[in-house]
Amino acid sequence: MKTKNQYINNNYLNYVKSVAPKTNEVRSLLRAFWVGGFICCLGQFFRIIIENNFELPPDMTAGYVSMIMIFLGSFLTGLGVYDRIGKYAGGGSIVPITGFANSVVSPAIEFKTEGYIYGVASKMFTIAGPIIVYGVASSVLVGLIYYIYYLVV
Amino acid sequence: MNLFLTFLKTFAVGGLICVIAQLLINYTKITSARILVSFLLAGVFLQAIGVYQYVVDFAGSGATVPIIGFGYLLAKGAMEGAKEGLFGAITGGITSAGIGITSAIIFGYVFALIFKSKSKKN
Amino acid sequence: MRTLFYKNKPSIIMTSTVAGPKESEGSLGKFYDVKLSDDKYGEKSFEKAESKMLYTAIDNCINKSKKDISKIDSIISGDLLDQITSSTFAVRNFNTGFLGVYNACASFCESLSIGATMIDGGYMQNVICATSSHFSSAERQYRFPLELGSTRPPLAQWTVTGAGACMLSNSKSNPKIVCSTVGKIVDFGVTDANDMGAAMAPAGAETISTHFKETGLKPNDYDLIVSGDLGTFGSRILKDLLYEKGFDIEKQHVDCGELIYNISESEYQGGSGAGCSSLVFCSYLFDKLKKKELKRILLVATGALLSSTSSMQGESIPGIAHAVSVEC
Repeated sequence: MKTKNQYINNNYLNYVKSVAPKTNEVRSLLRAFWVGGFICCLGQFFRIIIENNFELPPDMTAGYVSMIMIFLGSFLTGLGVYDRIGKYAGGGSIVPITGFANSVVSPAIEFKTEGYIYGVASKMFTIAGPIIVYGVASSVLVGLIYYIYYLVV
Repeated sequence: MNLFLTFLKTFAVGGLICVIAQLLINYTKITSARILVSFLLAGVFLQAIGVYQYVVDFAGSGATVPIIGFGYLLAKGAMEGAKEGLFGAITGGITSAGIGITSAIIFGYVFALIFKSKSKKN
Repeated sequence: MRTLFYKNKPSIIMTSTVAGPKESEGSLGKFYDVKLSDDKYGEKSFEKAESKMLYTAIDNCINKSKKDISKIDSIISGDLLDQITSSTFAVRNFNTGFLGVYNACASFCESLSIGATMIDGGYMQNVICATSSHFSSAERQYRFPLELGSTRPPLAQWTVTGAGACMLSNSKSNPKIVCSTVGKIVDFGVTDANDMGAAMAPAGAETISTHFKETGLKPNDYDLIVSGDLGTFGSRILKDLLYEKGFDIEKQHVDCGELIYNISESEYQGGSGAGCSSLVFCSYLFDKLKKKELKRILLVATGALLSSTSSMQGESIPGIAHAVSVEC
């Protein structure tokens, strides 16, 4: 049986590449820039409001800001608006924390038809799962490195 | 004027981070899960070598709202925890990122109860 | 020989279609029998809706032909979902034989050629060939959740929401199936699951050139050469590849995926899916054949044989295409 590599027809693949339509580069970058920047400004806006009205330590302020942003991202996903923003803005709506919320909520809603255990709860992490896994693992790694560093120094 | 400058910095830095992601999408056909993971790891790394704190001090939410800020938070928690000992080094990251993960799960579940999946028309 | 010549020329006596909301607004909207305004079709899930669409198409086809179900020997049907459940759940309502087929988006031509062979051989009298696809159920299975804010790359196609069914019979009437060419799996090593046009075009070119070689026909002998769902980009590749092999189909070629929508930026390349070729053939093309505005067409449905698992394992995407020649 032949393997995949024996099928690769480089002439054809190069030809396909040369005639394939391209994304509108400048336009997609501009869109990502302004939408991404706008979402961050929204976060800054909530941050200033919290700073001015409640006297909280900076860590807690940041926590509440991300909570609000995640709420907004989830809500817009539920309304079916966030996917349209995503289509327009690309990276501009994937990278902000609202995009993380979108990646949790969208499969949760989508797989409701498969039930609340195997559907909603388990599919919730199809996209966000890797983020949590790598996030936690790398933070433990960093923690251990610093722990050893503090022991030695 | 000061307020305007703050927002300008937030807008510029936040926008730039998103532009990097868009460049990755345009050139590498990378999927959104991969982008989120690599940006998160970038945040962890940049904070671990002590760089990202400066970006956060400069741009505020422009640096913390993108997922890279989530990585920053994880690393920062772990580094602070490490000062208190081994237990802190292990739990520090998820403690400081707890609010993000918890709210995503709670809102995700609640909205899944409320909303139904809708088809797209375009 | 991969081309089957039918001596008794099985005829296509009746068709029926069910189209989703977006398809109904498209350029062929007025040719569809049932146009849905809600793509859940009153059901709880998209999968159930797809099954109901296929059921409705088959049921309408039988009712319109005024034949009793006992006269229908078999239903040959396929779709894109895992274990072709849309088909099996739709056909369980009919008290007749069932053959399930899967060749991705080429399933419709596959079912036509199997059905025609059954009738030509005298084994069956009336056979229904049907396929369906649904944008939302396919998107869930092959790509990402609908609500996920991801970008659609410029090569992406839009899975057609629709079902088409047609009845083949041994009654000598027009239009009729003259011959069909069985496809071969062709793999040129395309791995981008968004670029289905490029993955399927070589298979399409292979089948069309084999068809011409084995029948001795030339592109000019056909009024139309209809590809299933190559999209704008895939169609261009198909024409280029065939030109290299010495067949110029520029004048005769149309693509169902290109026909089905008013091509705008949001669908990029046009429609795809098992329902794409069946919807276009059972509505617009059948109408034109019936009115003798088209004399002879070659329907070449192309399919990309990937699964969500195979593309995650980095496998390339093999393509297949079956051709069916219809005359009136």
